[in-house]
Amino acid sequence: MTKEAIFTPVGKAAEELATPKKSGKKGDSLYEKAVDLPEPTTAAPAKLGLKKGQLLEMFESMVLQRRFEERAMQMYQKGKFGGFLHLYIGQEAVSTGTTAALKDDDDIITAYRDHGWGLVRGVSARQGMAELFGKATGCSKGKGGSMHFANVEKHFWGGYGIVGGHIPLGGGLAFANKYKGLDRLTTCFMGDGAVDQGALHETMNMAQLWKLPIMFIVENNGYAMGTATRRHSTGELWERALGYGMKHRVVNGMDVLSVYEAMKEMATDVRKDSMPWFVEIRTYRYRGHSMSDPQKYRDKEEMEEFQSLDPIERLKTVLLDKKMATQKAIDAIYEKVEEEVMDAVEFADNSPFPEDSALYEDMYSEPNPVFHR
Amino acid sequence: MAELQFREALRQAIDEEMARDENVFIMGEEVSEYNGAYKVTEGLLETYGFKRVIDTPIAELGFAGIGVGAAMNGLRPIIEFMTFNFAVLAADQIINHASKVKYMLGGQVSVPIVFRGPNASAGQLGATHSVAYESMYAHFPGIKVIHPSEPGDAKGLLKSAIRDNDTVLFMESEQMYGLKGEVNEDPEHLIPIGKAAVKREGSDVTLVTHGKIYHTVVKAAAELAKEGIEAEIVDLRTVKPLDMDTVIASVKKTHRCVVVDEAHPFAGTAAEVGYLLQRDAFDDLDAPVVRVTLPDVSAPFSKPLFDAWFPSVKDVVDGAKQVYYKS
Repeated sequence: MTKEAIFTPVGKAAEELATPKKSGKKGDSLYEKAVDLPEPTTAAPAKLGLKKGQLLEMFESMVLQRRFEERAMQMYQKGKFGGFLHLYIGQEAVSTGTTAALKDDDDIITAYRDHGWGLVRGVSARQGMAELFGKATGCSKGKGGSMHFANVEKHFWGGYGIVGGHIPLGGGLAFANKYKGLDRLTTCFMGDGAVDQGALHETMNMAQLWKLPIMFIVENNGYAMGTATRRHSTGELWERALGYGMKHRVVNGMDVLSVYEAMKEMATDVRKDSMPWFVEIRTYRYRGHSMSDPQKYRDKEEMEEFQSLDPIERLKTVLLDKKMATQKAIDAIYEKVEEEVMDAVEFADNSPFPEDSALYEDMYSEPNPVFHR
Repeated sequence: MAELQFREALRQAIDEEMARDENVFIMGEEVSEYNGAYKVTEGLLETYGFKRVIDTPIAELGFAGIGVGAAMNGLRPIIEFMTFNFAVLAADQIINHASKVKYMLGGQVSVPIVFRGPNASAGQLGATHSVAYESMYAHFPGIKVIHPSEPGDAKGLLKSAIRDNDTVLFMESEQMYGLKGEVNEDPEHLIPIGKAAVKREGSDVTLVTHGKIYHTVVKAAAELAKEGIEAEIVDLRTVKPLDMDTVIASVKKTHRCVVVDEAHPFAGTAAEVGYLLQRDAFDDLDAPVVRVTLPDVSAPFSKPLFDAWFPSVKDVVDGAKQVYYKS
């Protein structure tokens, strides 16, 4: 047995890890970048059926998600709230392209990197910020915090904190929709780390067996916390679909139009066939896993490369090039969003904390539940 | 009233509730074509079809979680585990999801689901098929835990569990499925969750118990009667919420208490009942509360070792004599 063979990945990943791509000197990238982005769509927005108004809405939504989290980070650093804060920054094209492609009553469920998902599904900046602050006016009444944004009325079933734990829940949402004969599909998002969890595989098997109208969608941002995808998962993530005979697709998640196009096509297919999909959307998060992450597992060049592909900048370029918006109009959107986010911060700051009595509320459905004491 | 087996009482409860509400369905390993590993679901496939009587792969984590998601989205699943020993694989879904989703989303969803199946030991099945899990699950807020001992209670409580709007664990025993008892056949006869029952009246010692070992306690009470000690048996029926009012009312009468619990001793139901008695009925006790439980040892296979492991009638009788300062 060679020394290198112990506890290193096998196959292609092992070769990549074992072979320095560059000089190996300080400041030089030793390994390949976190994710290989597939080519973005070449279809023009009009060809995708996207009108100017929709594109501007998508742009504003992405800017809102970005600014909301940048301000949230500041508030966290100022000590306005505690707990975890997992930022979605860099991945906004995924939530935005998805919700634009889905019907409003299609179900969405995701993991703990969920702020963007809340904001695209009707959680207002005020309700979101108040939730982060732990206030009674938050979307989950301050009982969930950063990881448990939800707007069930708008079919956003929440963010979940146990990696992979929400995947069977997604399967159950789809199961119920099928049971009730509803023309409604479920999109179950997860990080690349969740691909290694048994919960995904058990749910994929049953989804394929029972023809559930669901899409299992991996937001592969290159890292499960601090472990690179090729160090935690053998082969390519999308290959997991092959074992279940499941339809699959790899999507460029740094381009909102690519996400929209792919999601639209797959959603139509699920509605027609009621067969699940396994989707790998490749993206990148600009911030650490959470707030206490020194990010020693990746280097600056990689970050700069992905920031040069920024999904917000990319859509802005499309809007300007196609003369759908002037620089002035873009600036106005930034200003509007800035006001909305600052208003949200003020709202959250001024909102009351939950009453003491709220401690015992929402545990059970009955009006006077028995609590052990 | 009719005399039914435990499994028939359960089946009648499931059948009546499925007939009453089309959102109720049952899912688990071997529940459909095979008619149930222990024949609880026998015949339900014929009545309700594959849509509502669903065979699953051997994937407890997955199908338990699909049940939780379906419950969030408006259905009322009954998830059958072939045994609660296998439900440990689904513990993340029960403990981290079913019991918590409502609270952590600020009440935006409910999880009306029943997880049911046999619990605790059933003869020489070895270490991994013999564990009593009720106190472990009872530890967690958001979960109700029912563990009846007789067919009549089983039917009325299972119906309440299915109609409950939150997560309920309903525990049975492989060794009780053939047990016969009087069952109320009125489809609207429900037994409330969280209410214990005095199954035998007596003035000298209170025996608190639940689940299958109740039947050992009944035999022990008969033995004690021969020696002039009249035991009162309180069958908890529901472990959580725990009906201490009934236990305390009995102890105020007998002033002595033995808790008989077919589980390991550490932090079990017996420990909890003992603590609550010293807190709330200290002045009514004429002796320290005694518990009769399994030892702090995994289940052995060998027959003599198993018999030494499982609490016997004599262990219960000795416990009663201990609180009676009699040997």
